[in-house]
Amino acid sequence: MPTAPTYQELILRLQNFWAERGCVLQQPYDIEVGAGTMAPETFLRVLGPKPYKVAYVQPSRRPADGRYGDNPNRLYKHMQLQVILKPPPDNVQELYLESLAAIGIDLRKHDIKFEEDNWEAPTLAAWGVGWQVMLDGLEITQFTYFQQCGGIDLDPICAELTYGLERIAAFLQDVDSIYDIVWARDPQSASPVKYRDVRYQDELQLSVYNFEKADVEKTWKHLEMYEGESQALINQFNALMADKNAGAAERERFPLLAAYELCLKCSHLFNLLDARGAISVTERVGVIARIRQLAVGLAKAYVAQQNVTVETAQQQKGGAA
Amino acid sequence: MPDFLLEIGTDEIPARMIQEASQELQKRVEELLGKNSLPYKEIKRAETPRRLVLIASGIPATQPDVQEQLTGPATKVAYKDGQPTPAAHAFAKKAGVDVSKLQTITTPKGEYLTATVTNKGKPAAQVLAELLPKEIASIYWPKNMYWRAGKPERFVRPVRWIVAMLDGEVIPLEFAGIKAGNQSRGHRILGPEQVSIAAPGQYVEVMQAAHVTASTADREYKIRKALDAATRTVPGARWREDAGLLKTVVNLTEWPSAILGNFDKQYLSLPEEVLVTVMRDHQKYFAVEDASGKLAPHFLAVLNTDGDPDGLIRHGNERVLRARFNDARFFWDTDQKTPLVNRVEMLKVVTFQKDLGSYAAKAERTGTLSEKLCSMLGKAGLKVDANAVRQASQLAKTDLTTELVKEFTELQGVVGGLYAKAQGLPQSVADAIYDQYKPESTEDSSPRTLEGAVLSIADKADSIAGMFALGLVPSGSKDPFALRRQANGMVKTIVEHKLALNLGQIMEDAREGFKGSDAEKKFTLRGEAYVQGVRNFFRERLEFYLRDVLGLAYDVVNATLAVGADDVVDAVARAGAVAKVRPSADFESISVAFKRMKNILRQAAETKKKVAEPFSPAALKDEEEEKLAETVPGVAKRVKELSASRQYEPALIEISRLRPAIDAFFDKVMVMVEDEELRAQRLGLLQTLVKEFSSIADFSEIVTERK
Repeated sequence: MPTAPTYQELILRLQNFWAERGCVLQQPYDIEVGAGTMAPETFLRVLGPKPYKVAYVQPSRRPADGRYGDNPNRLYKHMQLQVILKPPPDNVQELYLESLAAIGIDLRKHDIKFEEDNWEAPTLAAWGVGWQVMLDGLEITQFTYFQQCGGIDLDPICAELTYGLERIAAFLQDVDSIYDIVWARDPQSASPVKYRDVRYQDELQLSVYNFEKADVEKTWKHLEMYEGESQALINQFNALMADKNAGAAERERFPLLAAYELCLKCSHLFNLLDARGAISVTERVGVIARIRQLAVGLAKAYVAQQNVTVETAQQQKGGAA
Repeated sequence: MPDFLLEIGTDEIPARMIQEASQELQKRVEELLGKNSLPYKEIKRAETPRRLVLIASGIPATQPDVQEQLTGPATKVAYKDGQPTPAAHAFAKKAGVDVSKLQTITTPKGEYLTATVTNKGKPAAQVLAELLPKEIASIYWPKNMYWRAGKPERFVRPVRWIVAMLDGEVIPLEFAGIKAGNQSRGHRILGPEQVSIAAPGQYVEVMQAAHVTASTADREYKIRKALDAATRTVPGARWREDAGLLKTVVNLTEWPSAILGNFDKQYLSLPEEVLVTVMRDHQKYFAVEDASGKLAPHFLAVLNTDGDPDGLIRHGNERVLRARFNDARFFWDTDQKTPLVNRVEMLKVVTFQKDLGSYAAKAERTGTLSEKLCSMLGKAGLKVDANAVRQASQLAKTDLTTELVKEFTELQGVVGGLYAKAQGLPQSVADAIYDQYKPESTEDSSPRTLEGAVLSIADKADSIAGMFALGLVPSGSKDPFALRRQANGMVKTIVEHKLALNLGQIMEDAREGFKGSDAEKKFTLRGEAYVQGVRNFFRERLEFYLRDVLGLAYDVVNATLAVGADDVVDAVARAGAVAKVRPSADFESISVAFKRMKNILRQAAETKKKVAEPFSPAALKDEEEEKLAETVPGVAKRVKELSASRQYEPALIEISRLRPAIDAFFDKVMVMVEDEELRAQRLGLLQTLVKEFSSIADFSEIVTERK
């Protein structure tokens, strides 16, 4: 039996596979997100008509899921390999199955099922239909035909494949604890570096911070400040769009991407406060609505800005002809 | 007579949607064929996660020709001086016949030109190609999606291929940009990828060779066999029948097989409820029990592949289950560190409903309402442990804060009960918490204990009261908070525990619980509107119970509920008695008579006739009416006595005994006589009869053959 891939080999193989099929390999987004969907490479790129294919690993932080490194199956920060295919090719499911073969899974020897699982993210005003892909009873991938994002109907839609990397690695290496996954193996000595060696401290200390130490009052303040700045930028952009005297260049260079980063900050801080048990019933509904409002406002603004770019390009083309 | 095949190939359709969609497609195609003069000998359907299939045999290759008579212009316009005018020529052209072949027809409006034309039947393939796409597009899906750019159509999942054939010929239809052909696809992994279909009649066989068992019934049979075989490897073991799970796995597979896996005996120390939920709801495994019916450390997984010769699949599934069980045990142990009593405070941050506030507030209201219910039951002589109910109400929702319930939400209540027991709370408290959501359907049992029944009723009444007051009233198919199910549960529990509770009172008390709360400011149904709304709602639920659960006739139900629907136990007893005596000739006759009495009294009221109340027996004249008047007080007294102890059947038989007297009265006595005083007395007699004998049921609601 061939040795199972290490964690990093698993990532490399999946990345190679999708690179060979035309995906841009992006790097993980450098702001805290709860899921790969929230990285702008998904949330913003799925909007509008422009085709796009991208794959990237996204460390995803969910403060409430932390277990101080004690639980063999749960992490505060897990990693997803996110693939966006916009529009999805007709053989997208077959491609996905090929990717499993590429990481060493002989499908003839395993049981694979596509079981209904529709994805929805209320804070992003986003949803899609799809499946959880089950391999021998293990959910290894969330497969979604993305339908709406930021409250905007997508056209074309896209396929979003989210591989749960730790689960797949544990399956391939046949270990019962995530922490026992071999992350890398020294080519000379063959001595392993395990997931525990790389990530345990992170899980333990961030669990302590998220559950015990995060300063509630300051975190609330941070949330409000980020929210205020994000909203202010959205408002400025909308004013710019309404201003008949504003030029295309001025609109195109407006930092909506920064406003989106600020929105992501809010989302993470909200999760942190939630883990800290600092959000009351009434507050909870309200804060979710506020973040959703930012996300929806940004999605709309982003589409408007993209249209400015398209119009500019058309005018230039028209001028040349 | 050719055979017809339609196969719509898709990405995996959600298991819960396959059967209904397939049935709908069959119905649509049957109607289409019927409407278009394309009769079929037999139509069969098949369906798997990746395909909806219809096979109809013996369809005519073309529609029959149809003769149609067209009416043209009036003869006097069509001919001038015996020569056809342009109008006649135009008509002939339209009808496609020579002018000389035109005939005339005489109608009441005069003489007109007419022509008989033969509409040639179209080839069946053409009809189907034209009409099928619309039927495919119209299939209802609970959730569907777009997939093509420009969003031209929606379907449950992308359509990938279509096979449409009449015998060996492809029907040239197109749906969602897919042109139909004769190429199907085999099993995703076991293949082959492409499968040529030579003729519709061969479909099932050809697909079987391609590792697709197209028929649902065949797959179910195969799965049962496979489960039996796998279970036989453990002596004395049985797999637990589970109709819902079986249906799911049948709809998740194209080529099913089954394996038996094992788990460590140590996990059997976790409650069976938890283990079974993990296996069934999360892993879709069947549980296995030993000869004594106890859970055994095995499970059965249904695969969508040929088998597992290397044991790899079993190994993988065992690994997943082990992790799940470990999680459950981890949650169980963690949860024990914070006993339920210490979780009451935590409920303040758990939302019950956004306008109704937290579960802490709900627990408080439920507690108060439970106390009222206990005192009502106490007054009726039922022994309820009010302390246990109070404690259970307070703790009932605390399990929502536990890790185990966060992970396995379907175990809410059950987990609370198990924890209460593990934490040394009295059995009666634990049982009440455990059963609080029962009954969850009409088939489910009601709570086992009286304390559980009270908690269950109070919890549901509180939810219904709050939602109704907010105006979130169920309508049509919309009932997002499952209020109907909850009300059905209340009715069932009251009946099965024979609780002396009044629905109107319960709901009034439940509404009281919100008094002065923030929630109350958002209420839209107030005062009489609330009372009336809740009353109608519960009357419908009680009707549902009597008709659909107890199987009583609708007129019996109407007759019973017409005189009262608040006391559920009493209503059930009355309805049961009415249903029993209803077939007797005497009762039928009494029902007819009551209808007649009510009509007479209604007419009298409408024409403002005087009614003597009470009537005076001495003022009556005829023998028959005197006899009737004499009989009434004695019968009325016995009916009252019997009713007081809910002996409704003998009471009704007692009423039936009035029949000869009533029949004789109506035979011989005329009520609406000219003599005003006599008429008033006779009306008074009828009024008394109706009043005295309508406490069990309104007999005039009974549907009778005679009028």
